[in-house]
Amino acid sequence: MELHEHLFRREAGRIVATLTRIFGVENLALAEDVTQDAFCRALEVWPFRGVPDNPSAWLMATAKHRAVDVLRRERTARTLAPELGRLLESDEKLAPAVEELFRTDAIKDDQLRMMFSCCHPRLPETAQVALMLHILCGFSVDEVAGAFVSTRAAIEKRLSRAKQTFAGSERLFEIADAADFAARLPAVHRALYLLFNEGYHGASPESAVRVELCREALRLAALLFEHPLGATPATYALSALMCLLAARLPARLDAAGNLSALADQDRSRWDPELMAEGQLLLDRSATGPELTEYHVEAAIAAVHASAACVEDTNWAQIVSLYDTLMTIRPSPVVALNRAIAVAQREGPDRGLEEIGAIADRDRLATYPFYYAALGELELRRGRGETAREHFRAARALARNSMERQFLEQRVEACAGGD
Amino acid sequence: MSEFVFLYRSTDAASRAAMGSPEQMQKSMQTWMAWMKQLADKGHIKDRGHPLERAGKLVKGNKRTITDGPYAEAKDIVGGYTLIEAKDLAQAVELSMGCPILEGGGVVEVRPVLKTGM
Repeated sequence: MELHEHLFRREAGRIVATLTRIFGVENLALAEDVTQDAFCRALEVWPFRGVPDNPSAWLMATAKHRAVDVLRRERTARTLAPELGRLLESDEKLAPAVEELFRTDAIKDDQLRMMFSCCHPRLPETAQVALMLHILCGFSVDEVAGAFVSTRAAIEKRLSRAKQTFAGSERLFEIADAADFAARLPAVHRALYLLFNEGYHGASPESAVRVELCREALRLAALLFEHPLGATPATYALSALMCLLAARLPARLDAAGNLSALADQDRSRWDPELMAEGQLLLDRSATGPELTEYHVEAAIAAVHASAACVEDTNWAQIVSLYDTLMTIRPSPVVALNRAIAVAQREGPDRGLEEIGAIADRDRLATYPFYYAALGELELRRGRGETAREHFRAARALARNSMERQFLEQRVEACAGGD
Repeated sequence: MSEFVFLYRSTDAASRAAMGSPEQMQKSMQTWMAWMKQLADKGHIKDRGHPLERAGKLVKGNKRTITDGPYAEAKDIVGGYTLIEAKDLAQAVELSMGCPILEGGGVVEVRPVLKTGM
């Protein structure tokens, strides 16, 4: 029997989430140990007995048995979740109590509880995302470090601080309370968006790692809209945006493995299933009065998705969507993207004018694609020499080898410009 | 064809260290299964054998002293066994070379089954 490629990783997130509910937040490390034990057991048994028919159920059942052992052994020595105390008074009550705790419908929401708990307001956003990847997606410290292109030591520190805050939060986030749910939801959206962006734009040189991060963000977002309280227009919009961008991933690298700009991508390689799903989710997001940044960004991605080539793009619509985005979440990067769209519609001179008019333009000084945009527009005006200077400046700011390679090619493209 | 027993031995610490993240564990499990399957496909597996619990009891001497063991810190603990069919000891040894336990610092003990009537 073939196992799902990342079965263990995903099951780890599910099992830790359930065990943390049972043991209590302060016993996260215990939950992680018991989970590890369940995987060790699989590693010992499966080679001899074969993969069980339902590997997920096998792993959860094994974790359950270990949990019973731990509860039996430690219920007096350790402070477990207070609501457990009553259930664990005697051995006779223990087994049925544990059965109750592992009921399928109870397990179903554990990942959501964990997701919301990871987005604790006292944690910085980067720590929230790292914690989600670690606890909920089963990434080891090394794997999280690989995803963020950080050192093991730095990630270990970030995670252990985050876990302290987590353990001090007394209990898992209670998703049954609609008001609390709604209040924390924007932070969860934000963290998922950051996780996705780490994959989409992030610095990891390994495209496999990046695709994984995007997939995990999509998977967690789906858990969110499968829950009645999580199925909000903003959740659908965020999922739509991530699907529509993820659809482009196969074309983001050209045949030689180099980063390919949107305009140059082979659109026949865009994933039709993800595009269709993105469009469907975008339709579902169009209810109610709330217009979030995710709605607008998804709409922009949908305009690109509907154009057979860059020339067919409805740039007027894109400029107007960027105008809207500037009112919801203004930033110099959004203004820059708007200016690039203006240039597509009205020519490079107008684009450069718009760039010159960006408020807080100095905040773009360390953003490589600011100089790359200037370079493209100068190149289109026939000023190869100026363009080359901009691309060189961009190259010097490149955040990873793929960006560097891409910008190097742009520098070289200016060679015959003048 | 002769029969051999593969005894998989490793220290508790070594096998734990080799396990690591869920992703690594899945990979090493898949390597194990692939190795076993390859032996089975070539008709070398007489009996897949069984995994063994890491701890049990040691019964010792004519006084029948019973102790817990083997201890976690024991040099190597037998984690399982498989009954193998091979032409001779040399081939059985050759077959053991691909065992994933070796990557994690473990040992495969290859022992011919004593033939009765010889």
